[in-house]
Amino acid sequence: MRIGLVVNPVAGLGGRVGLGGSDGTDVQRRAVELGAVPCAGSRSAAALAELACRTRDFELFTAAGAMGEESASAAGLSARVVYRPRPGDTGPRDTVEAVRALGAAVDLLLFAGGDGTARDVLDADAGTPVLGIPTGVKMHSAVFAVNPRAAGEIAAGWVLDPGRPEVRPAEVMDRDEAALREGRLSSRLYGWLSVPYVPVRVQQRKAGSTGAAPEAVGGIAAELASRAAPEDVLVLGPGTTTQAVAAALGAEIPLTGVTALVRADCGCGCADGCCSCRGLRPRAPDLAPAPPLHLNPQGHETALCGCVVAGRAVPRAPEGVPFGQPSSYRLLSSHLTSDQLLALATHHPLLLALSPIGGQGFLLGRGNQQISPEILRTLAPGKLLVLATEAKLAALHSRPLLIDTGDDDLDAELSGYVKVLTGRGRTALYRLSH
Amino acid sequence: MSAHPAAGPVAPEDARIADKPALRRFHQASWDEKLIFELGSPGERGVLVPEVDPEITEALGGTVGLPAGLCRQTPPALPEIGQQQVLRHYLRLSQETLGADLNVDVGQGTCTMKYSPKVNDRFVTDERIAGLHPLQDESTVQGALEILHRLEGLLKEVSGMDRVSLQPGAGSAAIYANVAMIRGYFADRGEAETRDEIITTIFSHPSNAACAKTAGFKVITLHPDADGYPDIEALRAAVGPRTAALLITNPEDTGIYNPRIAEFVEIVHAAGGLAAYDQANANGILGITRAREAGFDLCHFNLHKTFSTPHACGGPAAGACGVTEALAPYLPRPTVEYDAESGRYWLDDDRPHSVGKIRPHHGVVPNLVRAYAWIMSLGAEGLREVAETAVLNNNYLLHKVKQIRGVSVPYAAGRPRVEQVRYSWEQLGADTGIHSEQIGVRAADFGTHYWTSHHPYLVPEPMTLEPTESYSRADLDEYAAILAEVAREAYEDPETVRTAPHRSTIHRVRPEALDDPAVWSPSWRTYRRKVLGT
Repeated sequence: MRIGLVVNPVAGLGGRVGLGGSDGTDVQRRAVELGAVPCAGSRSAAALAELACRTRDFELFTAAGAMGEESASAAGLSARVVYRPRPGDTGPRDTVEAVRALGAAVDLLLFAGGDGTARDVLDADAGTPVLGIPTGVKMHSAVFAVNPRAAGEIAAGWVLDPGRPEVRPAEVMDRDEAALREGRLSSRLYGWLSVPYVPVRVQQRKAGSTGAAPEAVGGIAAELASRAAPEDVLVLGPGTTTQAVAAALGAEIPLTGVTALVRADCGCGCADGCCSCRGLRPRAPDLAPAPPLHLNPQGHETALCGCVVAGRAVPRAPEGVPFGQPSSYRLLSSHLTSDQLLALATHHPLLLALSPIGGQGFLLGRGNQQISPEILRTLAPGKLLVLATEAKLAALHSRPLLIDTGDDDLDAELSGYVKVLTGRGRTALYRLSH
Repeated sequence: MSAHPAAGPVAPEDARIADKPALRRFHQASWDEKLIFELGSPGERGVLVPEVDPEITEALGGTVGLPAGLCRQTPPALPEIGQQQVLRHYLRLSQETLGADLNVDVGQGTCTMKYSPKVNDRFVTDERIAGLHPLQDESTVQGALEILHRLEGLLKEVSGMDRVSLQPGAGSAAIYANVAMIRGYFADRGEAETRDEIITTIFSHPSNAACAKTAGFKVITLHPDADGYPDIEALRAAVGPRTAALLITNPEDTGIYNPRIAEFVEIVHAAGGLAAYDQANANGILGITRAREAGFDLCHFNLHKTFSTPHACGGPAAGACGVTEALAPYLPRPTVEYDAESGRYWLDDDRPHSVGKIRPHHGVVPNLVRAYAWIMSLGAEGLREVAETAVLNNNYLLHKVKQIRGVSVPYAAGRPRVEQVRYSWEQLGADTGIHSEQIGVRAADFGTHYWTSHHPYLVPEPMTLEPTESYSRADLDEYAAILAEVAREAYEDPETVRTAPHRSTIHRVRPEALDDPAVWSPSWRTYRRKVLGT
């Protein structure tokens, strides 16, 4: 049995640094400037290691260097190199050419990347069954395993029992940038690839938004607000649901990226010193005050609460906003990177609220890699909340919620049953799997 | 019990008919009928009340009628119309519906549409029932109280519970009564504040979650496991010191019976909670399983569907809630008691732990009389036969429907169902772009219909069928043939399905009339204000 591997070395670079994707050299350069660390190689190695521990009855074919050879080596496997990229940074053309070179030689081609890489594989039109090792940022396509180990597990099944699993056409999707510009988070269908289908181990494609019914979202927002302590910084993941919940809380946030909100009013009616009144003081007395994170439009440094740091007048908190009620939050910062989130977590208690990707069920590891294992480990018990309308949960058709943080131990720790907030005083107990 | 022979072995000529049921030529009546308020004319009357005879006036000392202080200042805004026009009006409207007595109503899954014997209507329209007033002294309504007391005894036997209240006016009212009793039970133990969570399942009767929420509890909903059964591991993860109760239906709305139901109850009991059995889906288990044997503390029945009276969508409802001795003090009051010494029935209103009244007086007595008559006409063996026939009919229809192209039966592969099935047209939808709602609407062109599912749709493109014991094999064959024909059309002529109905009174109901509070009009007054703008 011949297995092929093509790795897009830059896939996923934009994830932890909040760029929403890694396509294009400018984005990749910006990601590196922001401190992004490549992960495609190590996740590919993890997939190969899983494959190798189940069977050695295969030959591995790959591309040179970071496009596969290094991952094979890291997994302790020897591989026959059948494609060598041009010197310098690799790009989509290398992926297409590598897939074409490998396609004719192998029975199953593993490729590591995200939706952009899947589109390159589709363009290569190799005609060979493929399976994605999820190393990208968004991954709306249905051609990926749910995590690298699952990819190795499925490949091993392919080797050990040829003909099973069944090969099915699976959708190659990518974010619809035109729709996003119109304020809708949507995916566009680019075509189909033949993928070995193993329920639960191969992910579903992202579904269109199930709609955020105002009554459901209002209830979720009220429940979320009731569970937030006054000093909590509310960190919201991307998506239609969280955007609608934020709107119900009074804050306008982008559809993509990770966003932080703070209470707009502490309720004390103070005119100054609102940093402390809003609970945005350090969690422990020995910690320094919260560091400024970004610049306001006038170029002044602003503190987490939005107050100008350098002695300027502090805006009066809005009056008449009931404490703890929806409409009492405002935007602190959007498109946060994992480093910024860590800095935030160092000085402030975070309440993290995420909503799964519709139809797919991913809660972590798809489109929100900024929420890194390090940040998740800083969260106090009960400070990770899952939000979904009942319609969104129903659209999973009993498939579990999924996590793929890149940290197997953490994934196992978080797995089990989670309470999903579906309305005011309403939760659904739902399986979370890795 | 049954209007027609149930499913079973048939003679060869019958089998031939069953194999090729003819599709009915059907077109619904269309009368373009106005609202009754728009009919008639000023001064027109259905009943002319004669002047008071002078002798009566004289005998009463010259005073006739109500005192001026008790009279309205203005006459009520009632339609002014003659008797014949009223009769014609409602007959026309009845022809513009697909009522339970008109169509093969197996498509109203979860609603248990069954034949309600017309003889029972004669009992309740009898002057001795219809002429009673709820405030009559109990000494003058001994017969009615005896019926209620006997009905309680019958339902105690059916459920295994120690006491039953007949006061709730519907299934949801009975569930609410159960939740109120759960709250009262824990309040007396000082745990009302701490036990504030109620657990239910997503395929249970939705009234469980709704009633729990209405009563102020937090609701935790369990989703099914991969086979469609209630997830017992999820229950273990959900229970705790805050658990007040589990409210669960069995079989659930998928028609799948949870064989581990007693374990579910034990898990909740071990956490200090109570367990309430929602028996809205009891039609397939009457005389076969009982709430008490599974360990439940409370249960309820929808008397208006399982026990003869038409489902509330087609008539007034009635509910019954049964409890163990420990919960009996919390039952709605009054209860109907019997004093063996005097041989008299009496109403016990002195129940200090009672949750109070769920509805005024003694429940919907006409429906209780129907339920009593229905049970008495069947006996214990007859009740069991009802369940067995309903299950047989359901699995016969299941066998027929799953042969139709594009249909699947999600969950519990290969296992029989109890009294209903939630099917899926997912494959047909993927193949043709036709949705389940469109198939149901096209079925109306053949004189029937079906209901999809509660929202949200856990089963994609759902269809829920519940044939009950009332339908013959020919009925079921006809129904399956209609579905097969619409499925064929979906594949070969999807436009016909997409643009259906073609033979109904109204082509399409405006959805905003149902969904938009600014438009919906449950009364003439709101219709005038919202729609006519007058």
